[in-house]
Amino acid sequence: MNARLLDRLPPVSTLGPFIALVVASLFFASQSERFLSGQNFSLILQQVMIVGVIALGQTLIVLTAGIDLSCGMVMALGSVVMSKFAVDMGIDPYVAIACGIAVCTAFGALNGALVTRIKLPAFIVTLGTMNIAFALTQIYSGAQTVTDVPDSMMFFGNTFQLGQTSITYGTVLMIALYVVTWLFLRDTAPGRHVYAVGNNPESARLTGIATGKVMLGVYMAAGLFYGIASMLSVARMGVGDPQAGATDNLDSITAVVIGGTSLFGGRGSIVGTLIGVLIVGVFRNGLTLMGVPSVYQVLVTGVLVILAVATDQLTHKKG
Amino acid sequence: MRLKYFLALSALGTVTAMAAEQPVIGLITKTEINPFFVKMKEGAQQAAQAGGAKLLTGAGKSDGDNAGQVTAIENMIAAGAKTILITPSDAKAIVPSIKKARDKGVMVIAMDSPTEPMDAADALFSTDNHKAGVLIGRYAKAAFADKPVKIAALDLFPGHPVGIQRLAGFLEGFGIKKGDASIVCMQDSYGDQAKGQTAMENCLQKNPGINLVYAINEPAAAGAFKALKAAGKDKGVLLVSVDGGCTGVRDVKSGKIAATAQQYPLKMAALGVEAGLAYAKTGKKASGYVDTGVTLITDKPLAGVDSKDTQAGLDACWGRK
Repeated sequence: MNARLLDRLPPVSTLGPFIALVVASLFFASQSERFLSGQNFSLILQQVMIVGVIALGQTLIVLTAGIDLSCGMVMALGSVVMSKFAVDMGIDPYVAIACGIAVCTAFGALNGALVTRIKLPAFIVTLGTMNIAFALTQIYSGAQTVTDVPDSMMFFGNTFQLGQTSITYGTVLMIALYVVTWLFLRDTAPGRHVYAVGNNPESARLTGIATGKVMLGVYMAAGLFYGIASMLSVARMGVGDPQAGATDNLDSITAVVIGGTSLFGGRGSIVGTLIGVLIVGVFRNGLTLMGVPSVYQVLVTGVLVILAVATDQLTHKKG
Repeated sequence: MRLKYFLALSALGTVTAMAAEQPVIGLITKTEINPFFVKMKEGAQQAAQAGGAKLLTGAGKSDGDNAGQVTAIENMIAAGAKTILITPSDAKAIVPSIKKARDKGVMVIAMDSPTEPMDAADALFSTDNHKAGVLIGRYAKAAFADKPVKIAALDLFPGHPVGIQRLAGFLEGFGIKKGDASIVCMQDSYGDQAKGQTAMENCLQKNPGINLVYAINEPAAAGAFKALKAAGKDKGVLLVSVDGGCTGVRDVKSGKIAATAQQYPLKMAALGVEAGLAYAKTGKKASGYVDTGVTLITDKPLAGVDSKDTQAGLDACWGRK
């Protein structure tokens, strides 16, 4: 194998998670005859779609060496806003969805502005906005679940048939968002700028990149993704749930890290995040099919996170 | 070659068909860690083994994690479960998912607490929480007779049906209505020891004369007792609670809690699994409400109130003995 070919292979940080996903899938397939079916894979995809879309935003932020703790709570706020607007105020469902997404995007903009303008650490800013979003959600909803959501808001929870398999539209949307973000990061100048800012903000600035604008854009895009996740949450659960997203911030960081994106910024990929999201979903599904208590999934997830960060550290030192 | 492949496949198919004859029953609890649910799982496991069923278990990550329970329902249907027993984390939010399961012919039994509306599930197997409240309310009434009373109520959290039923039962048993002047403090404890302690501390700040405490469960009662002790009021205050966990019963034995209403998660789960087995055999679904029993536990029995002592309570308790 010559050096050129080696260079063309994906980096170990992406290859590792991919191998883990394949090995885990093969293991579960050998343990349960129900695992290896289109229907089951479709199920896993729809189970991870909400965290999957949140993790898109999280990946963008982590690529700039930031972090977002507020994502799950912002998503919950969006889901309550859109469902209450439609149910209690009788607003057209599509307008209600747009309002919910707008609220989430505004939260993203707030995070971005505080990080770039006042130069506060992302961890602290999003810790604050996490609490603000949580409180607003509880106050606005009265801590009550919003039921009787109109059917049209649940479109992305509906399915279509592909052969024997029924696939939700939400899954398709998630995959489409991954493809778009992947192309954006790979093939566009702003996409490359995200990496540059994460790698070394000072040298990025000196090469003429408007680092502040890039960061603000990243946080707003992340907010937009959380808004889309709100819509998917309402579609999947059939309710506006003020308790939703409680652990989605950590789950999305888990997916990003397992997917090989460096917490130090500048390195990583959207494809890795998708693999990270899938690994968590595959373990949860596979262990349930085997009849293993789900706490083992938590155990495995913990081990994978450590392995992923260790790999990142070691390859980083070498490089 | 192709024939061999075909034979292997059909053999696999036969194995699958044989395995499918063993009924699969799913149990979804709110969390993995609460001893009440651990006991419930144990009861389900025993009943499943005895009846030749395969038990799958799942749980949300934390109390209130509806999405986690939805995922567990889906995975269990994928795993071939025809009966799902679930302790709903969110009585309303889980309803659309239960409906999807029932539409596929799965029998869904709510355990421990109802769905909202209650008939969203095929049946409800649970402690009569109202009756549990009535028992400790009557006990408190008998203890106080006609002496003046100042009550602190450590509730669960707003809108939770179990909290509402227990408190309503307690008030009925005590013979007063919500809003009665004798209730001097109402606080949410979230059924949690730390928050129960904080709630009690605040209540004592508000009214140091409190002499009767209703706690939604024993962890909240334990927290309340710590607050009372710190304030030097642990002797003169009567503390009543609900649950019957082993730790709670020991707290009754040591005198921290005067009386508790004991519920039976093991029996609850066993009945659920039996209903699942019956459905697999006969196709007949369980329906309506099944009371899984509740008993007042105290070492200071009072005239006119039926109770058992802490020895009986420890024999039947859940959690670490």
